[in-house]
Amino acid sequence: MTTQVNLGLPELPAEDYPDEVRARLEVDAKEIIARYPGSRSALLPMLHLVQSEEGYVSRTGMRFCARMLDLTDAEVAAVATFYTMYRRRPSGDYHVGVCTNTLCAIMGGDQIFAELKEHLGVDNQGTTEDGTITLEHIECNAACDFAPVVMVNWEFFDNQTPDSVKQMVDDLRAGRTVSPTRGAPLCSFKQTARILAGFPDTRPGAVSASGSAGPASLAGLRLAKGATAPARPDAAHGLVPSQGESTAENGTQEGEGQ
Amino acid sequence: MTTAAPGSYGTGPEKLLSPVLSEIWDEPESWTLETYLRHDGYQGLRKALAMPPDDVIALVKEAGLRGRGGAGFPTGMKWQFIPQGDGKPHYLVVNADESEPGTCKDIPLMFANPHVLLEGMLIACHAIRSNHAFIYLRGEVVPVLRRLHEAVREAYEAGYIGRNVLGSGLDVDITVHAGAGAYICGEETALLDSLEGRRGQPRLRPPFPAVAGLYACPTVVNNVESVASVPSILHRGKEWFRSMGTEKCPGYTLYSLSGHVVNPGQYEAPMGITLRQLLELAGGIRPGHRLKFWTPGGSSTPLLTEEHLDVPLDFDSVAAAGSLLGTKALQCFDETTCVVRAVTRWTEFYAHESCGKCTPCREGTYWLVQLMRDIEAGKGTLSDLDKLADISDNIFGRSFCALGDGAAAPILSSLQYFRDEYEAHIEQRGCPFDPAASTLWADQPSTAHQEVNA
Ligand SMILES: Cc1cc2nc3c(=O)[nH]c(=O)nc-3n(C[C@H](O)[C@H](O)[C@H](O)COP(=O)(O)O)c2cc1C
Ligand code: SF4
Ligand code: FES
Repeated sequence: MTTQVNLGLPELPAEDYPDEVRARLEVDAKEIIARYPGSRSALLPMLHLVQSEEGYVSRTGMRFCARMLDLTDAEVAAVATFYTMYRRRPSGDYHVGVCTNTLCAIMGGDQIFAELKEHLGVDNQGTTEDGTITLEHIECNAACDFAPVVMVNWEFFDNQTPDSVKQMVDDLRAGRTVSPTRGAPLCSFKQTARILAGFPDTRPGAVSASGSAGPASLAGLRLAKGATAPARPDAAHGLVPSQGESTAENGTQEGEGQ
Repeated sequence: MTTAAPGSYGTGPEKLLSPVLSEIWDEPESWTLETYLRHDGYQGLRKALAMPPDDVIALVKEAGLRGRGGAGFPTGMKWQFIPQGDGKPHYLVVNADESEPGTCKDIPLMFANPHVLLEGMLIACHAIRSNHAFIYLRGEVVPVLRRLHEAVREAYEAGYIGRNVLGSGLDVDITVHAGAGAYICGEETALLDSLEGRRGQPRLRPPFPAVAGLYACPTVVNNVESVASVPSILHRGKEWFRSMGTEKCPGYTLYSLSGHVVNPGQYEAPMGITLRQLLELAGGIRPGHRLKFWTPGGSSTPLLTEEHLDVPLDFDSVAAAGSLLGTKALQCFDETTCVVRAVTRWTEFYAHESCGKCTPCREGTYWLVQLMRDIEAGKGTLSDLDKLADISDNIFGRSFCALGDGAAAPILSSLQYFRDEYEAHIEQRGCPFDPAASTLWADQPSTAHQEVNA
């Protein structure tokens, strides 16, 4: 868009967004600011917002945040560079993050990452020539019971293998729709950043996609319910008895919708 | 001391489980308000709103709920610290940063049933007299963010959030806030700085958040699972809650099994179950292998071994065994795993995530990574082991926040139990393990053989 990466020369002040872009982003920014008792709290979501405009946090984006929040450019830059999700240069439509924290690494994440680097011909944080994919190794993403885990635009691809991931990136590069094991069919990185700025995903079915819970999340529950199968008439509540002091206790089980 | 799950039947080990938080996760649309209401959703809130706030605090305190974010601090007591009648706004901040390696309970909880968290938040807001609550969600989990957005929208629309909640006179707004990638933002004071739009760096305590938290106002910071456990206490009573778990550590909780386990996943059980019992439920360590080391509660809790299989997994018993219950993230590694490789990777994580505020952690983790990498690559010397222990000792207890202690824990504990393995790397000038043998797919072609042999 408006900003170029400067190499070596002293930097000129960042350009502003074109008027049309700024006017549009200002509406969004005001909505974000209104969510918080203190305006500065809006900074992280606003950095997601400017990332949704350009695919990375440009100097123009930081300047926009500074102006809106009455901060200096330096204050905004100090925050933007602290957090790993903000990208500092233009990158691919799909962020592919391979978890290589200990548990995933040992369960195969290291091998997945190595094979993927070779398959895509890029190094860590590199972007494929066609601009589709930026590859990165990431830290534990709170899905260790689904290891090895790969995140694409921060949707879950659980229990991956080198082959499944290579197939997935090939599909992405061929423009096919790719769906995660937990999450919604992939949208672009910019659209993802907009959700992160706090603007709900409005695509039909996005919230319900992939169902209630992944299989590993249900491992204990399935066992508990299976084990109590003979007592099934007592249904779910039989697993943990009610106190009996509840006046709102319903005598019947499911199907009591409100 | 009871660890039985009351009301469960059967004679198998399954009777040890007690699904409460996870109870409706297998419903077709478990995340919706409609499903939640069909399963007693928001009944705890109705009860709470009919009680004076102080009685709600007393109930949670008497139930004995202890924080599920890692430290096990009594939740009711934390709420009680909030000064009343001080004329300042009070805030509730839910810590949904879940980034401690191994920890994977809050994310599936919010994905499958976000309303139980919202209900707990509303009860807490009533108790501490707060009109604005926040969910600080780590940014890297967009599917969860979607469901939180949707749940908050539904709850506003149905009158559970907003002005005059259920006609009680209570006004509560809930804001969902996505972070941007930084483990340290899970530390509660760093989280508050981050939520104020700053770099996430821990604050000096005192003052504690209960006195000067968000915007310098009294603030409760609680873990997702802690808050989500509150509705059941209100709805089913403190005696019911105390009928599970141990005297000092009552109730049920989510145990997360991962790694070389036949069926990894979430197992909700009364506090005090053992890893041996959990592994029996989960089908054991993968066939043909045996447990080598495990973390009881994420990578910041000292490693344990096979000899600790029967330690009751409650805060006090795990501490007595020399580790910490932490987040109940049971990462299990079998004998194919190189402990030096595992610890090196965690050490790299801590060095990467060190916020840089204090010297022992910032400099110490940097040097630990160099030493660990050298040893793993077979370039270390025996004196490096003493250096490792020495640097770790200097980080542990001398850092500004608990991240530093966490960085030292895997090194000190692995040196304690597996010093010979470190020495083997040094003596053999390399790693004696084959990483391919540890992968999820390692045994697949030969599984049949192993089953015959077993
Ligand atoms: C480095 C570090 C990371 C932490 N990460 C989390 C986290 O992701 N989630 C969490 O609930 N607590 C985390 N904690 C613990 C919090 O500081 C705090 O104790 C907890 O949120 C309190 O909630 P509780 O009383 O309900 O357990 C972390 C602590 C440290 C030192
Ligand atoms: S211990 Fe580490 S993370 Fe904590 S304040 Fe010091 S440098 Fe920052
Ligand atoms: S280690 Fe990969 S998700 Fe936890």
